[in-house]
Amino acid sequence: MTNLSVIMARLLEAFQLNCQLFLLTLLFALPLGLVVAFGSMSRFRPLSILTKTVVWIIRGTPLMLQILIIYFAPGLLGLGSPWKAGTGGRLFAATVAFVINYACYFSEIYRGGIQGVSRGQTEAGQVLGMTKSQIFFKVTLLQVVKRILPAMANEVITLVKDTSLARIISNKEIIMMAQEYTAKGLIWPLFSTGLFFLAFVGGLTLLFNWLEKKLDYFRA
Amino acid sequence: MAILEVENLYKSFGQTQVLKGINFSLEQGQALAIIGASGSGKTTLLRCLNFLERPDQGVIRINGKVLFDAGDPATQREVEIRKKRLNFGLVFQSFHLFPQYTVLKNVTLAGELLAKEQSGRKAAQREIEEQARGLLEQMGLSEKVDAYPHQLSGGQQQRVAIARALALRPNILCFDEPTSALDPELTGEVLRVIRSLAEKKTTMVIVTHEMAFARDVADHIIFMDDGVVVEEGCPQDLISNPKEERTRQFLSRFSNESTWKQN
Ligand SMILES: Nc1ncnc2c1ncn2[C@@H]1O[C@H](COP(=O)(O)OP(=O)(O)OP(=O)(O)O)[C@@H](O)[C@H]1O
Ligand SMILES: [Mg+2]
Repeated sequence: MTNLSVIMARLLEAFQLNCQLFLLTLLFALPLGLVVAFGSMSRFRPLSILTKTVVWIIRGTPLMLQILIIYFAPGLLGLGSPWKAGTGGRLFAATVAFVINYACYFSEIYRGGIQGVSRGQTEAGQVLGMTKSQIFFKVTLLQVVKRILPAMANEVITLVKDTSLARIISNKEIIMMAQEYTAKGLIWPLFSTGLFFLAFVGGLTLLFNWLEKKLDYFRA
Repeated sequence: MAILEVENLYKSFGQTQVLKGINFSLEQGQALAIIGASGSGKTTLLRCLNFLERPDQGVIRINGKVLFDAGDPATQREVEIRKKRLNFGLVFQSFHLFPQYTVLKNVTLAGELLAKEQSGRKAAQREIEEQARGLLEQMGLSEKVDAYPHQLSGGQQQRVAIARALALRPNILCFDEPTSALDPELTGEVLRVIRSLAEKKTTMVIVTHEMAFARDVADHIIFMDDGVVVEEGCPQDLISNPKEERTRQFLSRFSNESTWKQN
């Protein structure tokens, strides 16, 4: 019995790293994705080509590879590793990789959402004397949010599960923790990590359903 | 003096010349109808007036003052274009109401944003809302102030769009085929509203395919073809007695009885 509660407590503790990575990624990738989206929609060709190329590379290669490269490449290329030794540095490196990766995915979702809102909406704002930013924040944004919500829900749920990839550079997240017990011949801790993910994803699903309901009052 | 003068307006999209030297003027309190075949450049002309397109050549004057001169970059600064636009209102063919806002908010939003920039916020807010309610009543939409656009018929949506454009008190209100996107049985209510605006001496430019409406409501009419003004004059004369062959050909398409019945 004590064994069970001790192991569950340790798994929960490890899961905090997953949660941390999840929240940090959202915190930075959500706004960064918007910047990337505007970059790829820019009328300044070199900028849009550059941005689209970066997005293509990031979306076209495994996140796991990106984590490894971001963590090891600077040091091995003789540039000096920017990551501090220890757990903090490893989490930081993983966060950077996740933020870049997810910003690119979000940017494509944003782009589709923004381009999907009719030109007429922008023009209606323009002829009413609104500024570009007023049009974006007061007219377009909520319509974009409504349009992209289902795709964002998918992506965010994928992010929850992807956080376990951070163990590739020895971040002790929940699955890595459970594997310590697998090595000692215990399989149930590994199974129970699934429950953590299921609970988290379940909560998110409820949240997104609620949000979609909230925006159900208009058609975009 | 004319409130609006358009002089020698040219506009191309790439290789396609759409406007090829448009000239006309409009007096305060008058309604100008613009008719012409599809592709003749009517929408492009309205979009130029509203600064949604930038003419390649030409001058636009309001009350004798140069508002836009293609040859003078000083008249084309981005910041001022925003203010200059407010001389005009534009009612789109397909309404373009803001779907996430109530009818009332659709009408007040732009005014509120302008007031916020100019300070005096709270007092202005009440005034803006009262004015909007007044306009919506005038449009026969008092009962719909709290509805959302998707809950309205096309005719109702277009009337909201008219109220929204009027709320900023433009000098000149432009309509781009305001009834073309509507079911036939809904055009009447929108045309009636425009007719009542004409009776109140609202200065208007109306692009329309409703010939009877143009004939009865407009003070002056322009027939456009292929990017030029082919013929203009008093609506009765031009429609019943066109001088140009092209005008005659165009009008002959509308010769069946139903087009001419009163709305
Ligand atoms: N943004 C654009 N890019 C390229 N061509 C355009 C653009 N806008 C309009 N055109 C072209 O300009 C011509 C005139 O278009 P416009 O919409 O002004 O005609 P219209 O008189 O309003 O016609 P309709 O009665 O069908 O509304 C058309 O041949 C159209 O294809
Ligand atoms: Mg048109």
